[in-house]
Amino acid sequence: MRLLSRAGKSLSRTAIQALPVVLGIVVLNFLLLQLVPGDAADVIAGESGSATAETMAALRKQFGLDQPVLIQLANYLDHLAHLSLGFSPRYNTPVGDLIMSRLPFTLLLMLSAFVLSLVVGIAFGAFMAAFARRWPDRALSLFVLILYSAPGFWVGLMIIVLFSVKLGWLPSGGAMTVGADLTGLARMGDLLTHLVLPSISLACFFTAVYARLTRSAMLEVERQDFVRAAEAKGLGPFAIQMRHVLRNALIPVTTVAGLHLGNLLGGAIVVETVFGWPGMGRLALDAVMARDFNVLLGVLLLSSFVVIVANVLIDLLHAWLDPRIESV
Amino acid sequence: MSTNMTSLPVTLLAVPAAKNGRLSAFLRQPTFVAGLLILGVVMTLACVADLLYPGDPQDLVGPPLLWPFQKTEFQLGTDSLGRDIAAGLVHGARVSLIIGFSAASIGLLIGTLVGAVGGYFGGLADNVLVRVTELFQTVPAFLLVVVIVAIGEPSLKVIALAIGIASWPTIARLVRAQFRSLREQDFVMAARSLGYSDTRIIFVEILPNALPPVVVTASVMVAGAILTETGLSFLNMGDPNVVSWGSMIGDGREMLRTAWFLTALPGTATALTVLALNLIGDGLNEIFNPRMRER
Repeated sequence: MRLLSRAGKSLSRTAIQALPVVLGIVVLNFLLLQLVPGDAADVIAGESGSATAETMAALRKQFGLDQPVLIQLANYLDHLAHLSLGFSPRYNTPVGDLIMSRLPFTLLLMLSAFVLSLVVGIAFGAFMAAFARRWPDRALSLFVLILYSAPGFWVGLMIIVLFSVKLGWLPSGGAMTVGADLTGLARMGDLLTHLVLPSISLACFFTAVYARLTRSAMLEVERQDFVRAAEAKGLGPFAIQMRHVLRNALIPVTTVAGLHLGNLLGGAIVVETVFGWPGMGRLALDAVMARDFNVLLGVLLLSSFVVIVANVLIDLLHAWLDPRIESV
Repeated sequence: MSTNMTSLPVTLLAVPAAKNGRLSAFLRQPTFVAGLLILGVVMTLACVADLLYPGDPQDLVGPPLLWPFQKTEFQLGTDSLGRDIAAGLVHGARVSLIIGFSAASIGLLIGTLVGAVGGYFGGLADNVLVRVTELFQTVPAFLLVVVIVAIGEPSLKVIALAIGIASWPTIARLVRAQFRSLREQDFVMAARSLGYSDTRIIFVEILPNALPPVVVTASVMVAGAILTETGLSFLNMGDPNVVSWGSMIGDGREMLRTAWFLTALPGTATALTVLALNLIGDGLNEIFNPRMRER
């Protein structure tokens, strides 16, 4: 019940603070994109190869690209107010449909990478903190630092070489086996085997971030009085580490995790390209290339939305981890 | 020093001794020294690239797809077009370092200015700047870099600027927090009562005291900029006129099944350079954060 009212408070506060930010993102990105040389009509004409000045003008008129910038902006905002993300000249479909067809794949990839990096990162961090300054800590720290330094997409390419080229265990790309026409559980299983390598590739950098953060946060918490109190009342070292130290150390870790969600989508752009994963990152990149700015604006808007919602969830997680934290 | 203040030579010696103390604190850390060594080697190779491998590294100089150590002439092999991998790596080091350091400097400059102004003045200016910072943090940084590079042209200058613009919010938050705590301190009060201008207080009085955590973050920013550039040129959005590690990985990707060394080598070079910068960052962190040093 307390969590529920907290959720309401957190949501309404976020809505008040986040709406101007979202609006700012839309307007700023819209104006920024006007600076990009060329428009969708240029790209479509360039690809068909037989465009005259008349057909270009017709194309621009059809997509509303011939209007002054401010009118275009007003039109876009008007669409948004009607919960429409506009129309994609490139794909000839509403942007909303386009994004919805890609969104599940990106959410699946981001979520699995996020969970994987949090679980593995916190486990690594707790292990390193338990052996702080001894050789298991040093060895794992070095490994984590290497994960922190290697480009994620390159790790992806290397695990393709190992797991799909040399060992043949996992598929190297795509989201489903082409032409396999599976249904039900078999289809799920197929999707999951395709998900493994991209998730690892996207997760490795963030695993390192959370592992390093967990280690230092746990070492920080270990020095506090309540840990000594727990020791004095005779709790075992494992119970102290798990229930008292780790629980408190999770607060900075989850805060940073929330901040990193936007970067997770940025990383997904390259990882989706490596693995041919049909997600939003890939869509965004194609949209830049095709000057399809309605699509790009939609992706940017939605990703900021995901970040904002995730931060509300993290706020709730904090309330559960440490009941003293009140929403401000 | 206090026992023998009258003797001039001793006081003269005392100053370098104190500096040595700081220096040896740095050199006592094996990880920091290892990072410096690796970065030193990469920097040296980048500097003497034209002496070691004169000519354009994009030239086709040998038979295609030689594996490393197969021929003494091409120690690290050749790619699918017959370009020398070793030459590409050495010239690519130059691109990565230039982008890394210039992008980080741009990010540092913007972030420090925004953070200092917001943290020092507070009030409305702070409110607006915090909102702008949040705005930039909500947009995926990599996507922003892609858009800015599309606005300009894929040249080293534009790429460095784009990465700098996308990376300043971290620094801004850090500097703002530092300024907010430092502006309440006595030495700032003293500076105010002496009638110093705001500009002088910000840059001469507070900024030097706020720098240590910024220096630590700067090395991580250089590392991040190098990683971003690698990703960008992997996607074929880098400067087409130079060889960079990312474009080498991108070219090698086509041959992943048969000649995986084409991808492995430039990736290892990137990871090693970034690792060196992170080792340096960790070392700086331990020295500037006395609380961490106790452990």
